[in-house]
Amino acid sequence: MRTYLAKRLLLIVPTLFGVAAVVFLIMRVIPGDVTLLILGGDQTGRIDPQQLAAMRHQLGLDQPIWMQFGTWLWGVLRLDFGTSLWTGQPVIEEVLIRLPLSLEVAILATIVSVLLAIPLGMLAAVRQDTWVDYVIRVGSIGGQAIPSFWVGILVILFLVIYFGWGPPLEFTPPWVDPWANFQQLVWPVVTVGYRYAAVTTRMTRSTVLEVLREDYIRTAWAKGLRERAVVIRHALKNAMLPVITLVGTEFAFLIGGLVVTETVFTLNGVGRFVVDAVAHRDYPVVQALVFLIALCFVVVNLLIDLTYAWFDPRIRYH
Amino acid sequence: MSVNYPLVQAPAPAELAPRLSLVEEVTGFVRTKPLGAAGALIILAMLLVAFLASALAPFDPYLADYGAQFARPGTEHWLGTDEFGRDVMSRIMYGARIALFVGFAASFGGCSIGAVLGVLSAYCGGKVDLLLERVMDVLLAFPQLILALAVASILGPAVPNVVIAVAIPIIPRAARVVRATALSIKENQYVEAAHGLGASHYRVVRQHIVPNVLAPYLIMVTAQLGTAILAEAALSYLGLGAAEPTPSWGLMLSGSAPAYAEKAPWIGLFPGIAISLAVFGFSLFGDSLRDALDPKLRGR
Repeated sequence: MRTYLAKRLLLIVPTLFGVAAVVFLIMRVIPGDVTLLILGGDQTGRIDPQQLAAMRHQLGLDQPIWMQFGTWLWGVLRLDFGTSLWTGQPVIEEVLIRLPLSLEVAILATIVSVLLAIPLGMLAAVRQDTWVDYVIRVGSIGGQAIPSFWVGILVILFLVIYFGWGPPLEFTPPWVDPWANFQQLVWPVVTVGYRYAAVTTRMTRSTVLEVLREDYIRTAWAKGLRERAVVIRHALKNAMLPVITLVGTEFAFLIGGLVVTETVFTLNGVGRFVVDAVAHRDYPVVQALVFLIALCFVVVNLLIDLTYAWFDPRIRYH
Repeated sequence: MSVNYPLVQAPAPAELAPRLSLVEEVTGFVRTKPLGAAGALIILAMLLVAFLASALAPFDPYLADYGAQFARPGTEHWLGTDEFGRDVMSRIMYGARIALFVGFAASFGGCSIGAVLGVLSAYCGGKVDLLLERVMDVLLAFPQLILALAVASILGPAVPNVVIAVAIPIIPRAARVVRATALSIKENQYVEAAHGLGASHYRVVRQHIVPNVLAPYLIMVTAQLGTAILAEAALSYLGLGAAEPTPSWGLMLSGSAPAYAEKAPWIGLFPGIAISLAVFGFSLFGDSLRDALDPKLRGR
């Protein structure tokens, strides 16, 4: 197990380095100069070249690109992600302002999805090709087919028209006012949770179906066990690994990937922050966020692989 | 109740399989996979609408008619008109072309590149495999939207560029699936036998590896079709896809649709239904195809 862990940890390094290099390069290649955006120019649109040079020097943008990358990477290694070019605040502080919201939506949506998906997926598998299965399948395929931003728009419309509700302007953390927090996040969580539950239901259904065809399930039936025992104790337990994988990767995705939902519900989360930062060409913010999102993804994947290795010794020694 | 006979994993020769006429095969599919048949029907209808849009659409999708702004759905404009008086139904019909084009191009393109890399990775092994796998890891970990943002700002917001932005994230997913299959095929004795008989690498890959990864490749393509259509809609909604006045479904949902939603809800309602229906059709069909082609293969 120890060598396996060491090997997996070692493989993280090139992935993160690759992501860091790609995002660094992309940010320098895309058209649009942050110094021009910050200075803005006078009424005639002209910018004093001296001022421009001074600004570039101040932001360190006059150095060769590999040196900028080296400096930034060295900072990351010391957990220093630099300061935002626009607000002058440390990037990490700016991220921490937005992280609780994204994390809360991700956690709540995960809970909703797991609570819905596992029983439903199991039921669909056990009653394969009956109307129960068809209803669950149509519902879950629908959850993946309906764009979540459209659901969001419909939900907001419904609330605005019938309840005079407007999207909140500022995020209230649950430890300040749980009720206000709930009211703010319930609809985004429902919108995201439905799609997420749909994906998980389908996965649960297909893995349970697969496990139900195994020999030990036949043995369990032959022993005269009740359906409940066969399905829950024997089938579900063994079908859970791929479902855990899916839930893990979805969770990692949700933390930074809710841009559209955050846009629809005007939430100030991590996803929107990245997009705005790209629009402002705020290099340190984009680099830090993409790096952190990738880190999240990689760590979650590592945890999933370790769970696999823990449960299945064949992987460990492979 | 299935019994495993590991020796008869190879597909049965064609002479042994009962010959079915096309009609019999279609009715068989409808009977055993009603949901898949429903999906196929939706796809067929969509293809028909897309190809015949210029004949079927009652109005020019780009034509603004300021005398008919915000017309309610009725006998003249079946699905109403938008804030420029453009016919919503005609725009949805032409939008089917864009959705299908981006869907097919991105999922075929992404899956094909992924499949080639996957086969390469599995067949060459060693350093090539290690390197390609790391590249795929980077692609998987990289936030999709930043990629799309970069593509849109470097190449400009246009339909062909959306294909690139949507296709890139598909590559590592397809590569993973195909690589896993190719790896297990490579271990088979017939591959070893082919090598022993002096077959070239090209011949082994073409004769033995490619035919065997075809099923997971096809499953991947159909599974990604719906995802690609959805991704195109989301990117256009965020302003990173097709630009106005292109009748893209996602674009039709952004900007004016929520702004006039109380006054004219049909502007935003019908394009959303179109997206959902299209993705729904492809997902239903893809699921059934997966069941039919390979009951052992999992969804992702």
